[in-house]
Amino acid sequence: MVTVRIIPCLDVEDGKVVKGTRFKDVRYAGDPVELARLYDEQGADEIVFLDISATHRTRKIMIDVVEKVSECVFVPLTVGGGLCSVTDIREVLSAGADKAAICSAALTNPNLIMEAAAVFGSQCVVLSIDAKKTGNSWHAFVEGGRKDTGVDALDWALRGEKLGAGEILLNSIDSDGTRSGYDLELTRLVVKRATIPVIASGGAGSLEQVYAAITIGKADAILIASLLHYREYTIADVKSYLRERGVRVR
Amino acid sequence: MTVGVVDYGTGNLRSVQKAFEYLGAECRILGPAEDYAAVERLVLPGVGSFGHAMLSIEASRLYRPLMDWIGSGRPLLGICLGLQLLFESSEESMGVRGLSVFKGTCRRFREKKVPQIGWNNVRARRENRLLQGMAGGEFFYFNHSYFVVPEEEEVVLAETDYGVIYTSIAGKDNISGVQFHPEKSGRAGLETLENWMRSW
Repeated sequence: MVTVRIIPCLDVEDGKVVKGTRFKDVRYAGDPVELARLYDEQGADEIVFLDISATHRTRKIMIDVVEKVSECVFVPLTVGGGLCSVTDIREVLSAGADKAAICSAALTNPNLIMEAAAVFGSQCVVLSIDAKKTGNSWHAFVEGGRKDTGVDALDWALRGEKLGAGEILLNSIDSDGTRSGYDLELTRLVVKRATIPVIASGGAGSLEQVYAAITIGKADAILIASLLHYREYTIADVKSYLRERGVRVR
Repeated sequence: MTVGVVDYGTGNLRSVQKAFEYLGAECRILGPAEDYAAVERLVLPGVGSFGHAMLSIEASRLYRPLMDWIGSGRPLLGICLGLQLLFESSEESMGVRGLSVFKGTCRRFREKKVPQIGWNNVRARRENRLLQGMAGGEFFYFNHSYFVVPEEEEVVLAETDYGVIYTSIAGKDNISGVQFHPEKSGRAGLETLENWMRSW
């Protein structure tokens, strides 16, 4: 049977991997190419790169990173951050990415999901949702978590699926970088309603929390950043912890 | 060693190319006007839908050169949708005829989440040069919604379990196809590609 995927997430700013807390206060965490190679050796099932500055200039830097990584790392690579059009997506795919994560642009123009799925196939299109608890529900935010769109995150996930997204990358803004654990309630809600795979993201501070996102949140894949970047654990550590508890991992 | 990758305008061919280059092969992306005689082996990749891919193959006048290649006995490897295209039809695009190298159709997963995205095992059903030297139990990366259902048992080389046991490697003579992405399956995937380059 298919395994739960453990995916390191590299937030890239100006060619460097950084990590913030609740999308702010970023600090340096390493070189993207070196980290990608390291995580590949440790058994990463996939690698996600997010261009957090997402400007024209940083896109070029990101393309260069993807070019280099895809020459020596042979696991799926997902790239996101500021992708606004089919042309942008084509550019990252041509550099060696396998999937494109689209976030803000899809909320402004939901047809982008449909167009991208038609051109590259659903398997290429990851709908990335930055969700934040607002009252009794979660809203989808844009502009790096600064702006509330008022759109219900759960509705948006289901709509994205209908439009042709192949996967949902669910980021909890409340948990991001806090190490207080994944938003299990949000994750479980989306997993329950969506029929496509859901990647839980934001908040991993311990191995127990990773386990909880799989067993309670029911996530199909887990995104991890801080826990790995600061060398607290390796991916092999994460996997052996999960394996001992009966979770199927590669 | 020169490997050609068929470009019919839909797929992301870069990853396949980079994997072959890493293995020391020269890898050319082949559009319709390109010279198929200049390569020794051919990869048929594929993303998107069965119908769209077949239409693109026909629209870019690749049908003939592809069928000629298949008939010539030279080695061809279908990857993911490229494997599915070797069959006659697919539930995904009813009424569209595939390359029909193998008898059978493609069905959509009903048992679990669709698409299947992730790493899964491949169990050999019979002597299989693509998996040569592997201990068994290796994981490969899959990303697909449809799977092939061969009519002829002898083309089933390996199987995978995703709520349903389905054919993940099919092959006969010079034609092979894998449902997973060997170019994205780490060490085991690269070994599969090396085996393919060595064995035919």
